Amino acid sequence: MSDKNLKRIVIEPVTRVEGHGKVSLLMDEENNIKQARLHIVEFRGFERFIIGRPYWEVPVLVQRLCGICPVSHHLAAAKAMDLIVGVDKLTPTAEKMRRLMHYGQTFQSHVLHFFHLCSPDLLFGFDADPAIRNVIGVAQKHPELAVQGVMMRKYGQEIIKATAGKKIHGTGAIPGGVNKNLSIAERDEFLKDIDQMLEWSLGALKIAKDYSVENLELAKEFGSFDSNHMSLVREDGALDLYHGNLRAIDKDGNKIFDQVDYQNYADYIAEEVRDWSYMKFPFIKSIGPEKGWYRVGPLARINTCDFIDTPLAEKERQEFMALTNGKPNNMTLAYHWTRMIEVLHSAEKIKELLNDSDLQGKDLVVTGKRREEAVGLIEAPRGTLFHHYKVDKNDQVTMANLIVSTTNNNIPMNEAVKKVAQVHLSGKPEITEGLLNHIEVAIRAYDPCLSCATHALGKMPLAISLFNYKGELVDKKTKE
Amino acid sequence: MGNVLLIGFGNPGRLDDGLGPALADAIEKLNVDGVDVDSNYQLTVEDASEVSNHDVVIFADASVNCGEPFTFTQIQPKVDISFTTHSIDPESVLGLAYQLFSAKTKGYVLAIRGYEFNEFGEKLSGQAQNNLLDAITFIEKALRKKEF
Repeated sequence: MSDKNLKRIVIEPVTRVEGHGKVSLLMDEENNIKQARLHIVEFRGFERFIIGRPYWEVPVLVQRLCGICPVSHHLAAAKAMDLIVGVDKLTPTAEKMRRLMHYGQTFQSHVLHFFHLCSPDLLFGFDADPAIRNVIGVAQKHPELAVQGVMMRKYGQEIIKATAGKKIHGTGAIPGGVNKNLSIAERDEFLKDIDQMLEWSLGALKIAKDYSVENLELAKEFGSFDSNHMSLVREDGALDLYHGNLRAIDKDGNKIFDQVDYQNYADYIAEEVRDWSYMKFPFIKSIGPEKGWYRVGPLARINTCDFIDTPLAEKERQEFMALTNGKPNNMTLAYHWTRMIEVLHSAEKIKELLNDSDLQGKDLVVTGKRREEAVGLIEAPRGTLFHHYKVDKNDQVTMANLIVSTTNNNIPMNEAVKKVAQVHLSGKPEITEGLLNHIEVAIRAYDPCLSCATHALGKMPLAISLFNYKGELVDKKTKE
Repeated sequence: MGNVLLIGFGNPGRLDDGLGPALADAIEKLNVDGVDVDSNYQLTVEDASEVSNHDVVIFADASVNCGEPFTFTQIQPKVDISFTTHSIDPESVLGLAYQLFSAKTKGYVLAIRGYEFNEFGEKLSGQAQNNLLDAITFIEKALRKKEF
């Protein structure tokens, strides 16, 4: 059937995911969904913004890319610039300070997503009245949870502040190291509350786990599909959010590649451009664009790693994997459960680091022989984040290529939307509240970061547009 | 702890979206007694906790459509928050502060008119810069006199 016989429904932008995106659904004449497209306003022009800048400015500059995950960009760029200045290994103090920053970032980002974006869906149901299916609804029915969410988020943010510096212009990571250590006073302040953070993490994880187990039949169907998975793993196969090598597995857990040095990522990953989206579509080269796409983020990481090196999170990982008999879990809603396993892991790692006296070390920076090209890679909260740079002899950046987590999850999110729309469109060419809610829930599971658009007051209405197959607008809904 | 909190928010890497942090920087340098200053790319839920520790909070942000050169408006805590992203609006932060921390903080929004948002760049447009200066003059006077 040609596209001229398809009707297009556009929902824009998606609410309760980051920033500004829209969904278009393509139907055939029988009103069945044939295609789903999630359009995301991405960081057009950002690479150009970096070109010509001196390399040492880049770890600070890239934080401008995203107000939601500035720390991830800061660290990915710093890791690339370590190599540019010829440093293959940081001092123990520098690496552990960066790890502390990163676990603080992951902790607070996942916490916010769970408590304030996702928990209303899990606690009240996808079809609940929007008047209660929100954070205030949670605050009224479960006030302790809402407060925990805020206090856990604040804890993570305070760690970022102590390791990265100011919220805007964070400068903690610099090429070859860091610019500060953690004082005893700062350490003791964090140690005071870490056991509380662990306890609350376990409680939140239980909510996500119980929901998944009690609603297993729903989770198996809801926006679910088989896929490949990719993430960093440590050399011994452990989950490692800060550093490691690339591993990709297929839907059954067979390794597609393993322990790949990410400096060579371009030998394994390619990016396809499609005319309808500013976002690229990454895929595993050996499989090709049609079937080589993959998931990243918490679900992919837990599926991909062999074990977790912190005891509480490892116990939870084993329980999670037992649900699918040790095979990869391909349920979209399982992102929530795995995200909370990572919250627990992050809290355990924070405690481990706080008790490590290397954080008070004074050896912060090392130097080496300048190089001209490098890749920095990190497991950001939402998934694998690539920063690739070339720097000339005048210290200026001449090339920058960034593959952000949301880009890596581009096709999986489209697949999830398609699956949900196929079930919930109900044969009528109209956007019902139920359809909109379910599409949002599916996209939100991936916690996509669409926030590269600006956020000035008055810039973010919710508009829903409906077009017929001729491209004519037949309906539009807007809400602030 | 001061009794006024000023939070400037926005992305300084997106041209006039940086008006909020620019105002916060300017006010911080004035070191006004009894005023705490913070800035961030976006407002987030934990701001509610800090807001609850103050008598007055002023949220400073760029606006695409407010009156020129700026508007200063008292806001009410939102009680039916349609909370949708990792960032939230000033009324929702105030609402969370009331709901979760029993705050009684008075809230205001200082909206500064901006014009250019859609490209990357760390420079305010000429007119936005002028609006910023007017806003700084206004809010400095209000902060010093505690006229809220």
